[in-house]
Amino acid sequence: MAEPRKASSETRRVIGERRMPTRSLIGWITLHVVIVLGALAMFFPFFWTIITSISPGAGLSISPSLIPDNPSLAAYERLFTELPFMRVIGNSLLLAVATTVVQLITSATAAYAFSRLPFRGRGLVFAVYLATMMIPLQVLIVPLFVQLRDFGLLNTYLGALLPTFASAFGIFLLRQAINQVPRDLDEAAMLDGAGHFRTFFSIVLPNIRPALATLTVFAFMGSWNSFLWPLVVLRKPELQTLPIALAGLQGQYTTEWDIIMAGSVVSILPMLALYIFAQKYVIQGVASSGIK
Amino acid sequence: MSVSSVQTSLVDRAAPPPVRPARRASPGVRLKYALTVLAFLLPSAIPLTLFVLAPMVSAAWVSLTDWNLISPQVFVGFENYANLLTDPETGAVFFHTLYYIVGYLPLVYIGGLALALGLNTALKGRSFLRGIYFLPVITSWIVVALVWRWLLNPSNGVVNTVLGFFGIAGPGWWSDPAWAMPSIIIASAWKDLGFVMVILLAGLQAISPDLYDAAKVDGAGWWRRFVSVTLPMLSPSTFFVVVISLINGFQVFDQVYAMTGGGPAGASEVVVLRIYDLTFRYGQAGEASALSWILFIVILAITLIQVRGQKRWVTYG
Repeated sequence: MAEPRKASSETRRVIGERRMPTRSLIGWITLHVVIVLGALAMFFPFFWTIITSISPGAGLSISPSLIPDNPSLAAYERLFTELPFMRVIGNSLLLAVATTVVQLITSATAAYAFSRLPFRGRGLVFAVYLATMMIPLQVLIVPLFVQLRDFGLLNTYLGALLPTFASAFGIFLLRQAINQVPRDLDEAAMLDGAGHFRTFFSIVLPNIRPALATLTVFAFMGSWNSFLWPLVVLRKPELQTLPIALAGLQGQYTTEWDIIMAGSVVSILPMLALYIFAQKYVIQGVASSGIK
Repeated sequence: MSVSSVQTSLVDRAAPPPVRPARRASPGVRLKYALTVLAFLLPSAIPLTLFVLAPMVSAAWVSLTDWNLISPQVFVGFENYANLLTDPETGAVFFHTLYYIVGYLPLVYIGGLALALGLNTALKGRSFLRGIYFLPVITSWIVVALVWRWLLNPSNGVVNTVLGFFGIAGPGWWSDPAWAMPSIIIASAWKDLGFVMVILLAGLQAISPDLYDAAKVDGAGWWRRFVSVTLPMLSPSTFFVVVISLINGFQVFDQVYAMTGGGPAGASEVVVLRIYDLTFRYGQAGEASALSWILFIVILAITLIQVRGQKRWVTYG
């Protein structure tokens, strides 16, 4: 799925280079200035978040200055001493990693079946899978809550995880990728006596690495940033995830914006690291989702 | 992850040729194949059935009962639906949700299109700039809400400080009923701009340069090429952005919860926040389920209308 797009964007870049040049130097400069100013404006909220987090006492009466007078990490220190913030980060990390691993497994196996294992009624089953993407979580929230309460799974990690175990989006993404793997490859493996399981592990999976990377980022991000379901199912303070703890900070430190912004910085960092590492796959994943 | 629900119907290609055992294969071979299929499907089929399909059906049942989540359920037929339809609050939350969509969609679409056009040129540091614009997309709604609550702080937020510098008295933003929804719209547009940009950029890059060359030969200027080539050829991407934005827009929740909590005085209470409050604050699970079914049907109907109507304006080249 990644390869054809890459090629075409490469071609376009060359064409763009040919189309744009010296014809209008002023236009070229204007474009750069506008786009760079726009990027600065887009980045400003992040910048201001960081500045606020290192300006002690920023809040009701004190507005931080662009270059803090006496920068300090006091807000971060308070975050970790006054609140179980380490625990909160651990909770978020645990849920995100577990969600990602399980979704990779359930998506890859289902995608293989929908791409390589024909059976009667497969089209219908696939349609039902895809239809589940249309159902908003909100519709499910009351029955899910009751269901997990009856299973005794409220306030457990498992309760938070179970509804995220299968992702129709992930299955769709990986099926598209598997459809692009040349069939000759698995036929050759099968002639050598490999069954479907061997073919899946040794031929198909290694050939869809870019799509697996895309799904990894999306699954991790979905879990890391998810709010409504953890809010409903994890009601104990020690089980809180980052977004919920952050929303809580606001109630607790109403006007102590240095602390609230420090919490925001902490919650962005892990996602940012993953993003920098896999930016290419994230953008490709989004871009390919919009192509007809 | 309703993100790609729509394009699936558009993208789905024909399945490759079958390799299942022939009809005359021995029962043993066919059983083994059936077990293989099950082994690959069950890991996803079980959670989807238990945690999506079953609750969906059960929500329909709950919506026909009077229930506070604890006492026994009492069957009341369509009373919850009737109550909702006559309750002025229902109209208000749908109105606020529509207000959000009407403000948000033009902002992200026009902004995203301008950015995509700008970045679809021989720009120095293009992928770095694209990365910056995309940064808010990976940030959680809660962080976005908190950051913008601070930027738009009525007393000493940076936006009002800058406005004050120019002699303009800034509004009360999220603390003012009239400005609460615009505040949410601004924060949401900032977060999603990069997402729309990437989708439209991919759409732009898929347009054949021959079309532009042909238009140039015909003497078409920049504006003419934009209207006659770019916009029509971009219509599938535009369609995708509109459909997704409407699906997500009707489900808006996180940023409202964290930025205004639906206030002040209920001025920004949206449908999903109402569902949440009905369930966990007022103990009216039946009415909440009815409202979530109404929301689902509204989303489904609007999506289907768009899919039907796309023939009129979407060009698949």
